[in-house]
Order: sequence, then C-alpha cells, then structure tokens
Amino acid sequence: MTDSGNNPAEETRSVIVERVFPHPPEKLWRALTESTLLAQWLMNNDFAPSPGHKFQFRAQPVPQWNGIIDCEVLIVEPMKQLSYTWGTMGMGSVVLWTLTPAEGGTRVRVEQSGFRADQEANYKGAKYGWQRFMGNLEQVVAGLE
Amino acid sequence: MKRVSANPVFRALADPTRRSLFEELTRQGEQTVHALTRYAGVSQPAVSKHLTVLKRAKLVRHRREGRETHYRAQPEALAPLVDWLEHYGAFWRDRFDRLEALLERMDP
Repeated sequence: MTDSGNNPAEETRSVIVERVFPHPPEKLWRALTESTLLAQWLMNNDFAPSPGHKFQFRAQPVPQWNGIIDCEVLIVEPMKQLSYTWGTMGMGSVVLWTLTPAEGGTRVRVEQSGFRADQEANYKGAKYGWQRFMGNLEQVVAGLE
Repeated sequence: MKRVSANPVFRALADPTRRSLFEELTRQGEQTVHALTRYAGVSQPAVSKHLTVLKRAKLVRHRREGRETHYRAQPEALAPLVDWLEHYGAFWRDRFDRLEALLERMDP
C-alpha cells in the first residue's frame, strides 16, 4: 500500500504487486489479453484488447456481493502496457499492467489505484465520493483510543 | 477478495447517503433521527432504513429518549475497512500464483 499524488484533495491510494516470471513477454501478453487464458487465472470475462471496449469480470457471487466487476479498456500497448478501469460495489479504480524484460524472464507489475466513487454511484447522485471518505477514514480511525 | 466483499461494513458504506449519514455522526456526535433527516434531505423512512443498515454493520448505535431516537457513530467498526487495500494486495498475489501455474501449462 502506497500513497500517490501530491495534492491532498486528490490523494488516491494504490496497491502494487510485482513478480518476475521465467517466461517471455509474448507469453505473458497472451495470458493477460486472451479471454480464455485470462479466465483460467483471473476470472471469467468478455475482455477484448481494444481501447474503449467495455467488459466484465465475473466471479462466483457471495452473499454480500454479486461477483461482477465492470471494466473499460484504457490502454493497449502490446508486450508493454495494459490498463482498464475496475468498478465494483460503488467503488472505482484503475488497473495498470506493465511488462518489462528482466534477467531470465519478464517482470510483471500490477498497480491498482485511485479507489473512488465510480460512475454508477455518481449517477445515483453521490455528493460523497469514496475518495474523500477513504481520505478521512484514517483520521477517524487514528482518533480512536 | 471474498473476505473484503463479504464485509458488511463495506457493503453498508457502499451507499453514498449512508456514507454521508455516518460521517455526519462522526463529525457532530449524537444526533436525533429528525436532525439526520434534515441533514440528508431525504424522507424520514428512507433515513431510518439507512440507519438500520448502518446499525446491522455495527457502525452506529441508538437509544430512545421519549419520542426521539438518538444515533451515535461507532467508528471502531471501521477498522476492517482500513485493511481493504491490503486485501487487494493479497488478491493479486494469489492471482499471480495462478498465472504462474497457467504459464507452465501453456505452449512455449
């Protein structure tokens, strides 16, 4: 968990996970962008690697969650970068994949950032963004005991 | 991610009106349903419904005094939410393991 952004009012939060896989970038790119391969390690989906394409990831629903993640493709730069929005349960974020050649394979970095009210929540008249709420949250919790 | 999504706290706060009611209570301290209705600008039955959801998630407590019901925030209940990003970190690490297994199965 890291902080990013210098303006406190626009502060967003992000999660970064990185790993070097002993496989060439071409193979990683296929695993990230071919719908049937993607389904085998991430989730069922109707992904297509073209900017503007709207798709969903669908996980097994659980009692408090319908299992649906609404996404839109933002960036497709073969073998290098892939990005899409990731919205679920009224929270929106952006997922950015970066591939770089590394010794003996490919470094894969995923960054999920900008947790905030997504369009659906805004559409329903949200005057109250998650972003601001998350910003205040730590203060509230820090104020405890 | 399952743990996160199943979290009733997260679910309760996924609604913008409930978030704003909860924050009003953390700012102002104890408030009556009437005061909260004026603040939220929606009908009293709607506010009561939202408060019930917050109560189930243990985010607020209530007490009756005469005809008025007073609500107060229970910010302790927020603690699980602070871990939310860490849950997503765990989610991606778990998926990386599955990706690694898939890459082994794929043709070179």
